[in-house]
Amino acid sequence: MFEFRVPVREWVSGAVEAMRDGLGPLFDAFADGVEAVIGALLSLLQWAPVPVVILVLAGLAAALAGWRVGLFALAGLFLVENVGLWQPFVQTLALVLAAQVLILVVGVPLGVLAARSDAVEGVLKPVLDFMQTMPAFVYLIPAVMFFGIGVVPGVVATFVFAIPPLVRLVSLGIRQVPADLVEAAEAYGSTSWQRLVKVEVPVARPSIMAGVNQSIMLNLSMVVIAGMIGARGLGAEVLRGIQRLNVGQGFEAGLAVVILAIVLDRVTASVGRRRTRSA
Amino acid sequence: MRNESRPDVPASLPDERPPKIAVRGLYKVFGPDPSRAIRALREGATKPEVQARFGNAVGVADVNLEVAAGETFVLMGLSGSGKSTLLRLLNRLHEPTSGSVLVDGIDITGLSRRELLEMRREKFSGMVFQQFAILPHRSVLDNVAYGLEVQGVPAAQRRERAQQAIELVGLAGWEGSYPHQLSGGMQQRVGLARALAVDADILLMDEAFSALDPLIRREMQDELSELQARMRKTIVFVTHDLDEALRLGDRVAIMKDARVVQVGTPEELITAPADDYVAAFVEGVDKSGVLTAGSIMQPVREVARLRDGPQTALNKMRRSGLSGVLVVDDERRVIGYLTSERIVAALRDGGAKEGDRIATALMEPAAVVDVDAPLSDVIVIASEGSGPVAVVDGGRLRGVVVKGAILAALARPSRDPAEARDEGQVVATGTGAGRSAAEARHV
Repeated sequence: MFEFRVPVREWVSGAVEAMRDGLGPLFDAFADGVEAVIGALLSLLQWAPVPVVILVLAGLAAALAGWRVGLFALAGLFLVENVGLWQPFVQTLALVLAAQVLILVVGVPLGVLAARSDAVEGVLKPVLDFMQTMPAFVYLIPAVMFFGIGVVPGVVATFVFAIPPLVRLVSLGIRQVPADLVEAAEAYGSTSWQRLVKVEVPVARPSIMAGVNQSIMLNLSMVVIAGMIGARGLGAEVLRGIQRLNVGQGFEAGLAVVILAIVLDRVTASVGRRRTRSA
Repeated sequence: MRNESRPDVPASLPDERPPKIAVRGLYKVFGPDPSRAIRALREGATKPEVQARFGNAVGVADVNLEVAAGETFVLMGLSGSGKSTLLRLLNRLHEPTSGSVLVDGIDITGLSRRELLEMRREKFSGMVFQQFAILPHRSVLDNVAYGLEVQGVPAAQRRERAQQAIELVGLAGWEGSYPHQLSGGMQQRVGLARALAVDADILLMDEAFSALDPLIRREMQDELSELQARMRKTIVFVTHDLDEALRLGDRVAIMKDARVVQVGTPEELITAPADDYVAAFVEGVDKSGVLTAGSIMQPVREVARLRDGPQTALNKMRRSGLSGVLVVDDERRVIGYLTSERIVAALRDGGAKEGDRIATALMEPAAVVDVDAPLSDVIVIASEGSGPVAVVDGGRLRGVVVKGAILAALARPSRDPAEARDEGQVVATGTGAGRSAAEARHV
């Protein structure tokens, strides 16, 4: 129709290359940091004999979400071990946890800022929409360009994909704290911080935990994709099954992801419902 | 408690101390460019006019008030009249657009955020809200301790003070419960205890009892009155319920369309409404709880002294056309009530001789009320006997209330009750029921 073509492609490629060249050391430092965290988590999970780790994890699930979930975790984890997927399972768990820490550390404060300021919310909203709807494969490419093949671009892609619902639900939850509770906090001379941690966050907790839960589920769904760019773990196992057209092998790895997902879902959901006591 | 409602004390302020809270030329206008709206309001524009012309919502316009220490001051008005906004301007939950709010002489409008926090902690016992505003995730004890917690009071000490406040509002035994386990009335007790635990001078209450059902509301009002009698805090109480305003308030400010229409004691509002709006407001109110014995009493036309003989007393009655008189001692303390019928009978039977002092046997107990006793109490006492009710102030006879005056006050309460005076000086004979001193307290 027109000779002229809007050079979106060139702009993005140019920007990504400029960032890679200009911010290289920064990305390298970030990659080193993420790798160190994942390495530490991995060695923690591999420090004790496998049955002990399974018992500790199942016990943790039982303590947080009740004995049914604990029992399910126990059976599920033994099954994973039994079919020879323990090593990739632990790698995936480390990746998920590291990505989730990053998501929480960035997502919760962003959500609070968005709740406090309409301007911040106005800027964040389209950015979050963009992050959530842009197909994940598309930002795998720049992630690999910045961080190379391996686990770090997987964490970054997971972060981008999974953080939007957390930010949204934190913001929504805090905005929905009844106005008179906020007024009460103010009237009793609370500082902004006291108001946040003693009133807003506890009252908004169901909504915040729903955000945490959502982000963990999205986080897990990125695991398989992360396997495509060299992150070892269950995702890589699923891919291997697909490549060999071995349905059974792919299913086993997929089942391990599902087991992890169910346990994490039940645990976070139950933490969201629970009442806390404070002194 | 209600000193300023006595006829002999000026109604404006109970004493000469500087006011606890002083509001001067206060405006709150919402929306952009409030200065032109304020200019228009200063020139007499009304809230609806400003809304129509500039689109600004007017919260409070040109309010000047002084609240005395230890006073219960009620802000009363219909919804949208600005009463809750005015309350929130007192601790700067709302930022004033113009004017000043002085708390203990300090203008809080100029305080920095940090100074404002300090001021809220030191001067205000927080606030009590219509929907309670207690934290659902905290136990009763931790809710009550909230104000102390944000002040950094050590845990042991704040538990102790919270516990005392909980006992004060009658919630002992519920410390470990959570709000969802409590009824509305109990939740509001938690809200009240949270304020009392802070133990600062000023207590702000926003429609605190409006969400409660009528019986519980009445109970809470009575308890607040009792607590206030002991603690003497400065309470600013917002309500849309006139009966509540008149029951609780030492003074009441009536608001309409963001302005204060009248400030006065409950009696002043009823007997001398400033305009038709206030008059219409107070028309349907139950006056028996507001008017006091002092406001409807009449001067004492004649008394008998203890040293008077029976014949002297009888002569006094005949001269003044009364069928009975009150007997007082030299300090005008009421001793009893004497009817002509009994004197005549005693003289005839020879039980009393001319020249005798009035024998105590001839007297009947007099019905006595304090000058501050509400009309509702006077009605009860008057109905127990047929004689007049003696009104005393500090034990001394100040006046009498006869039944006609009570009826007149109830029938035409927005008028000066003095009109009733000349109609009802009928003192019938019979037994004046004995009730030494009515310990009737209004608030």
